[in-house]
Amino acid sequence: MRITCTINGQQQQADDVWEGESLLYVLRERLGFPGSKNACEQGECGSCTVYLDGVLACACLVAAGQAQGRDVRTIEGLAPGGELSAVQRAFLEAGAVQCGFCTPGLLVAAHDLIERQPEPSDAEIREALAGNLCRCTGYEKIMEAVRLAAARRSGAGGLPDDGTDHPHQVITRPDHPGIQRGGQQRGPAGRHT
Amino acid sequence: MGSSAGRPDGTPKVTGEFVYSSDLWLDGMIWGVTLRSPHPYARIRSIDPGEALAMPGVWAVLTQEDVPGDKVYGLEISDQPVLAVDVVRYQGEPVALVAADHPEIARQAAKRIRVDYEVYQPVTDAREALFEEGAKLHPQGNLVRHLKLRKGDPEPVADVVVTGEYQVGMQDQAFLGPESGLAVPSEDGGVELYVATQWLHVDQRQICSALGLPPDMVRLTLAGVGGAFGGREDLSMHVHACLLALRTGKPVKMVYNREESFFGHVHRHPALMRFEHGANRDGRLVYVKAQIYLDGGAYASSTPAVVGNAGTMGIGPYVVPNVQVDAYGAYTNNPPCGAMRGFGSVQAAFAHEAQMDKLASALGLDPVELRCRNAMTQGAEAPTGQVIDSPAPVEELLRRVQAMPLPPPRSPDGEPDLRDLPGGVANTTHGEGVVRGVGYAVAYKNVGFSEGFDDYSTARVRLEVLSGQATATVHTASAEVGQGLVTVEQQIVRTELGVDQVISAPKDTQVGSGGSSSASRQTYVTGGAVKAACEQVRERALAVIQRRLGCTMPDLRLEGGKVVSGEDILGGLSDLLGDEIIDETVEWRHRPTEAVDPETGQGFAHVQYAFAAHRAVVDVDTELGLVKVVALDCVQDVGKAINPQAVLGQIQGGSAQGLGLAVMEEIQISGGKIRNPSFTDYLIPTILDMPPMRIEVLEYPDPHAPYGLRGVGEPPTISSGPAIVAAIRAATGLALNQVPVRPEHITGT
Amino acid sequence: MEFLQPQTWVEALQLKAAYPHAVPIQGGTDVMVELNFDRYRPEYLLDLTRVGELAEWAPGNGRIWLGAGVTYTRVQGELGGWLPGLAMASRTVGSPQIRNRGTVGGNLGAASPAGDAHPPLLAAYAQVEVESVRGTRLIPADEFYTGVKRNALEPDELIKAVLVTPPTGPQQFCKIGTRNAMVIAVAAFSLALHPDRQAVGTGIGSAGPTPRRALAAEEFLAQALTAGGLWESRGDLPESTTRRFADLVTKAAAPIDDVRGSARYRVHALSVMARRALSWAWREFQRT
Repeated sequence: MRITCTINGQQQQADDVWEGESLLYVLRERLGFPGSKNACEQGECGSCTVYLDGVLACACLVAAGQAQGRDVRTIEGLAPGGELSAVQRAFLEAGAVQCGFCTPGLLVAAHDLIERQPEPSDAEIREALAGNLCRCTGYEKIMEAVRLAAARRSGAGGLPDDGTDHPHQVITRPDHPGIQRGGQQRGPAGRHT
Repeated sequence: MGSSAGRPDGTPKVTGEFVYSSDLWLDGMIWGVTLRSPHPYARIRSIDPGEALAMPGVWAVLTQEDVPGDKVYGLEISDQPVLAVDVVRYQGEPVALVAADHPEIARQAAKRIRVDYEVYQPVTDAREALFEEGAKLHPQGNLVRHLKLRKGDPEPVADVVVTGEYQVGMQDQAFLGPESGLAVPSEDGGVELYVATQWLHVDQRQICSALGLPPDMVRLTLAGVGGAFGGREDLSMHVHACLLALRTGKPVKMVYNREESFFGHVHRHPALMRFEHGANRDGRLVYVKAQIYLDGGAYASSTPAVVGNAGTMGIGPYVVPNVQVDAYGAYTNNPPCGAMRGFGSVQAAFAHEAQMDKLASALGLDPVELRCRNAMTQGAEAPTGQVIDSPAPVEELLRRVQAMPLPPPRSPDGEPDLRDLPGGVANTTHGEGVVRGVGYAVAYKNVGFSEGFDDYSTARVRLEVLSGQATATVHTASAEVGQGLVTVEQQIVRTELGVDQVISAPKDTQVGSGGSSSASRQTYVTGGAVKAACEQVRERALAVIQRRLGCTMPDLRLEGGKVVSGEDILGGLSDLLGDEIIDETVEWRHRPTEAVDPETGQGFAHVQYAFAAHRAVVDVDTELGLVKVVALDCVQDVGKAINPQAVLGQIQGGSAQGLGLAVMEEIQISGGKIRNPSFTDYLIPTILDMPPMRIEVLEYPDPHAPYGLRGVGEPPTISSGPAIVAAIRAATGLALNQVPVRPEHITGT
Repeated sequence: MEFLQPQTWVEALQLKAAYPHAVPIQGGTDVMVELNFDRYRPEYLLDLTRVGELAEWAPGNGRIWLGAGVTYTRVQGELGGWLPGLAMASRTVGSPQIRNRGTVGGNLGAASPAGDAHPPLLAAYAQVEVESVRGTRLIPADEFYTGVKRNALEPDELIKAVLVTPPTGPQQFCKIGTRNAMVIAVAAFSLALHPDRQAVGTGIGSAGPTPRRALAAEEFLAQALTAGGLWESRGDLPESTTRRFADLVTKAAAPIDDVRGSARYRVHALSVMARRALSWAWREFQRT
């Protein structure tokens, strides 16, 4: 069948779509939008999160035909014109990206949260992002990133103060004779080829 | 160095432009699909691909007959068939391949391949497989490896003895990016493979052997990797895609879905362990005896090394004069097991930390105090007889994590916020039955490949002037799997050459092996190689510049894009370098390790140790057995934090995986079959399950390592789970000898 | 495979009559999983997302008419006042993404014993409105589930709506899961007090081949409350009453051992949930 829909503001068309395909497959393999990911294809990971008619959905659970005539917004559409959105910048700054496979889905979900709830509490952030699995980060830096993006969007800017919800992470440098400081270090000799 | 530099691949990852192995796309590509055995143990009587081949849109159907080279491969032992030859030994073993225009056609075609199996009774118990008469799953028997460690008095005596039997379930790496890649046949009869993996060159070696082709005809490029954690050390679709591509002459893409992924990679070895600790009244350990049985499943994978680790590291970071350990890896018809972050130490840590708590209780000592009295230090002797020749701040880690402020108790007044309680918004308690518990654990991990393995990495660094700017290019084959290796490589080049503009060349087999992205070794070994290559580049660059300047300048250095002599800036590097191109490739090794004695397990087995301690605070609904981890705090020594933000990310991520194993993750096997091959029932922690973490990072440099750094990735995965289980024990008073801890274990129903 | 997209309810019914084996799809949270993993290949998919009236709900005649296409997000956000039990259950379904698409109608269509909507619907004495070209009928919730993942629909019937008279007393819902999100219930329990008729409604999930009520428990409690004059006095519930109620709830269950939990644990968990849910509901009732 033929599917016509709007993706990130532009009309797109896919032909010869098999009726059992998901919107995720159509985005990734037919329309050239591989940003949404295929970590589970059963709605259990959120890596395929997109906006469908303005509402967060797992693209793997939308049948291709159901997207006909609808408005779809993907990670590729989060930063139109190449200018990164607040959530994207925050994820980068906070170190919330490791392998990055969960990142597109999380960014769309976080984007949605901050649009709807400009000052979410930690509990609200967690409940809103509970449908997005991450295996690399342990979620801490994702929380930092969302707090940062929310703070910026509501005009507060900068990194939030240390509060009870933000246990600080301390780097200590105990006095030790072995510490070498700065510059070019002498390490153990390696074997050269 | 030492700054939290941003990831060079960060922007494409947040815009969705970063290309993972499952995102690859080439005009004219077709799709490959694998037919897998439904039986854990069976003989293949015949395979008839006729009906599948006849389907329109099908390009090829391949079986083991179509494997031109070696029919078997393996990381340590070549025992695993590319495609099943006569016997299948695990549910999910690849039997045939299909290439077709659309993955759906390929899937339906695969179902039409007729395979006639003679089904056998599977061997599913590791101890039975080892010690009883029964089916020999491989010609050499069912023992993959026995590590024997004997140190000190063979018959030690102690005032107080505690014993225990412990069980650790099968964990899965559950990396999010599915196994996938694209194989493109080339005109020279070879093939290009774009794949997500942990070690390009070991993949290349095995693919070459299976295809019967030389390395220059099998060219691998690392595609974007969606996490690994040990699950990509073995081959998955690599040879399969290449076979299909070479047969059809077309690019072939293969992508596993999540269900297939559970069958497509190795898992963490489930373990059965029996430990005996003997100590004197003052709390000093006299002896530890341990038997560790690891179920390796159908094929060896890295079982020998896991057994080696579990055996040599298995009693924990403690000084014990008398040690007897027997660690076994067995073949069974259960799913194959191999590398997963923590690699044998994870399993053993559940046992050794439970034992220390048991001992503390028997002695009437505080659990942290008992550990501190026996803690390893620099200069102490490891169970392998190795002297710990760099800082080992085990006591400090424990004291610091104990000193961290505890989370406030739940407020008894007012309406409870369900989100703070076990069960959360599923509304199972409003506080009834909830008891808080606190637990501690400390563990250590060897960094790098051990027991005499030739562990090295290769780095090529090139310095030149491009568009008027001094530019360095760094090229390694070392896999970036999310840990931030690409960032560290660039940071090292910037620091060593004083050059701001650094380009990372794509990772491929055009440069020498970078070794495995595992064993927490890459920052150490590839970092060491990059550093060494930079040193050579710097030496040559300064020599060139010296000649150009025409006189000998003292203390010549490269800093901030300038050439500096003492305190004087001589000029910009781009000006002084001119059109000179300096290109150096270095193969770098750490200090050699040695194989251990087969009778005593003694020897310089490990080049570096890394230590971490956790404290966990849990709230347990003791009537329903539901657990909420309220806090999970960690202190870890990383020697030198090259990138502090990335270090924290590793600690947080590793701790999450430990939490998962402690309370929710298990591949459940019955009769050799996986009962829960999906994210519906293999549960990994969500953001609602992970607590906030207080983390302290210590930097006690290892004088033998580049920059004094220590591997970071694995230690947090090891001490986190045992701390959580210890906290649950404290809350419930139960022995809890099995992980993951299930509600049934707590309620006794 | 053919993808049928009726634009109206009448058209949908006609298509279902013409193709009785067509699989209805709405939120796709069950059907697409089956398709993605090649569990089945239906000849026809019947997409109901264009039938606008299904996505509506309305109060009327003292009842809530809840269209089969109303998503869990909307149930959670808009029906918390009338149907707090169902709203609580909705909050535990999957994830925000799933709740934005999944529907109570779909939950009923799949009729899984683990479906989160079923226990509160049972406890609230809901009725399922189903329709075909032959006409409409109302099926009480506790007659709707006929077997494991089987419901009382005829092949040409579609679920149009759920009709619920909001219970006049407090409602509770509890669900056991080993993770705090995206978890299929190991066991679930729902309770509703109906003081206007001096009755009690219950719903048990994931502890039997179908979701079911604990009828003996309901009768016992209703009689105990009536006999003790507690509906009017709103005095404290005797401990023995609560215990007996919980015990009778467990006796209505017929759980199995499976990958998510053991039968023994499910029985035990039900007993705890029943006791707690009743104490919370009763305390809330005492405050009104």
